[in-house]
Amino acid sequence: MNSMLTTIADLQPSGRKRRQQNFEKFVVVILATIAASGVVITTGIVVSLIRPTIQFFGEVSISEFFGGTHWYPLYDPPDFGVWPLVIATFMIMLIAIVIAVPGGLAIAFFLNQYASDRTRRILKPLLEILAGIPTVVFGFFALYFISPNIAAKVWPVGDVGIYSGLAAGITVGLMILPMMTTLAEDAMAAVPRSLIEGAYALGATKREVCTAVIFQAGMSGIIAAGVIAMSRAIGETTIVLLAAGSSAVFTFNPGQPMQTMSSFIGFAGMGDQPTDSTGYRTIFAVGSFLFVITFALNVISRKIVNRFREVYE
Amino acid sequence: MSTTVIQSSRFASDLQDSTSTSRKFRDRFFLGSLWFATLLAVVTLFVLVLTSFLDGKSRLNLDLVRNFPSPFPEDAGIQSAIFGSLWVVVTSGVVSLFLALGSAIYLEEFANAKSKTHRLISLNIQTLAGVPSIVFGILGLAFVVRGPLSWGFTVGSASAVLTMMVLPVMIVAAREALRAVPSSLRDGAYALGATKWQTISKQVLAAATPGIATGSILGVSRALGESAPLILLGALAYVSSNPTGFDSDYTVLPLAIFKYATEAQLEFRAVGAAAIIVLLVLLVALNMIAIIIRDRSRKSW
Repeated sequence: MNSMLTTIADLQPSGRKRRQQNFEKFVVVILATIAASGVVITTGIVVSLIRPTIQFFGEVSISEFFGGTHWYPLYDPPDFGVWPLVIATFMIMLIAIVIAVPGGLAIAFFLNQYASDRTRRILKPLLEILAGIPTVVFGFFALYFISPNIAAKVWPVGDVGIYSGLAAGITVGLMILPMMTTLAEDAMAAVPRSLIEGAYALGATKREVCTAVIFQAGMSGIIAAGVIAMSRAIGETTIVLLAAGSSAVFTFNPGQPMQTMSSFIGFAGMGDQPTDSTGYRTIFAVGSFLFVITFALNVISRKIVNRFREVYE
Repeated sequence: MSTTVIQSSRFASDLQDSTSTSRKFRDRFFLGSLWFATLLAVVTLFVLVLTSFLDGKSRLNLDLVRNFPSPFPEDAGIQSAIFGSLWVVVTSGVVSLFLALGSAIYLEEFANAKSKTHRLISLNIQTLAGVPSIVFGILGLAFVVRGPLSWGFTVGSASAVLTMMVLPVMIVAAREALRAVPSSLRDGAYALGATKWQTISKQVLAAATPGIATGSILGVSRALGESAPLILLGALAYVSSNPTGFDSDYTVLPLAIFKYATEAQLEFRAVGAAAIIVLLVLLVALNMIAIIIRDRSRKSW
């Protein structure tokens, strides 16, 4: 409470003032309760994941889950080897990152050092629109445009069908490109002007300022942005579900159909699994695994920012 | 930073051979690749919108929004999906705005920024913002659709889960809007004898309204385009009536698109593409509102 405020209230100890004070206390309690809702949701996520996951590992051994290479959890007899999902998740993430990280960095360099005010005024809203396109629209685009016109043409090894990890990865990369750009731009904006102008004064070209000064001084923010992009790519469901198909094949060839951890959850959710079955609980086991990975990536990204941030005056 | 210094000292030596073709070539190549990446983003947006338009052009008419889903592609429409989206998005938007405002006011105006509670809540919001949307679907499946609440595959379940998903985005926006209100405004109100809550509700909130409005519109657009968690919440169903309440069956626009995209008959693809155009128009309209609010209320304190 503001100290001045209490003195004014003390000067006039009428009943109305006291009611007002009680009301204010009541408001604080209400607001604090509302603010706690975030904590309640997080707790809810953890609790909802943990119980079925523990039950799941009571029915399926941990060594089968993390050691097996066959994933047919909804078949009879089922197989619970999670490796096909893990490999697919990382393959698609890798393809997406190869597009989004250099691409986002390049656009951020362009906006930061090269683009004129006019170009920036045109480019920024376009990137905002791209960032706001729903993932299901990207999924549609992946299936009917990227897959036949790009994925099927660029992959050198074997034929690429309608569904492929490659088409999904490319599209996820394009989807996170604007987000990566914004985060990289923020990191670059934090680099002090004096450093940049010093380099120009020494005769550096724009390229040299970008690669030797901005990139190095903004490194921590850029790496953190890359880690967040990874976490987004791993969590993406709809694009992968539409573009990579629904067969969990153990393969390192992105020309093949693939199923990632998140797209498996979506796929299993499409069919109505009986609540009290091992098949239903796989959703939670895979969900826990996914949650742990993305949570770890987000923590790492935050640590990188805090630990390696260059403090300039 | 030592590396920068070392690298910078190279520039002086480079100065002598600044005419060297290799340096010029590298500069050009660098700029070329920056242009390439920038054009890649712009072309993606352009091609994405154009192909959807060309695919869906033949179905862009009133029948599309008047008809319900149908096993025959020539009769298929998206009326129930549009109304489902409206129900879910409006209800979750209102509830999450209320919760986000409360949380933001508490964190920015009341809580001690160094206290443990404050740090716990802030960290939680950061964590929630990084959780993949499909995980919110799992939470909804375990707690809302089944489990303790057991609301089933209904509008209410979808609305509750979208509220939780959009909440972190809205809280961050509302906090920024509150932080942008200058303290002179608060001091002025206190000087006139206003209590803390009077100051916040009459002065601070009024000043922060444009920022909060823009932020919540962005949150609402997120909810409108979201598909993954709703797959787990039964929105991928074949629904041939509009919702009438929280306990109705429902489907939403993004999942109507999903369904038409995966339909075996290729004629459905045009319906899906036309639905994409409708969804994009709605999103652009929402963002236009946000931009107008932002521009109208541009104040310098």
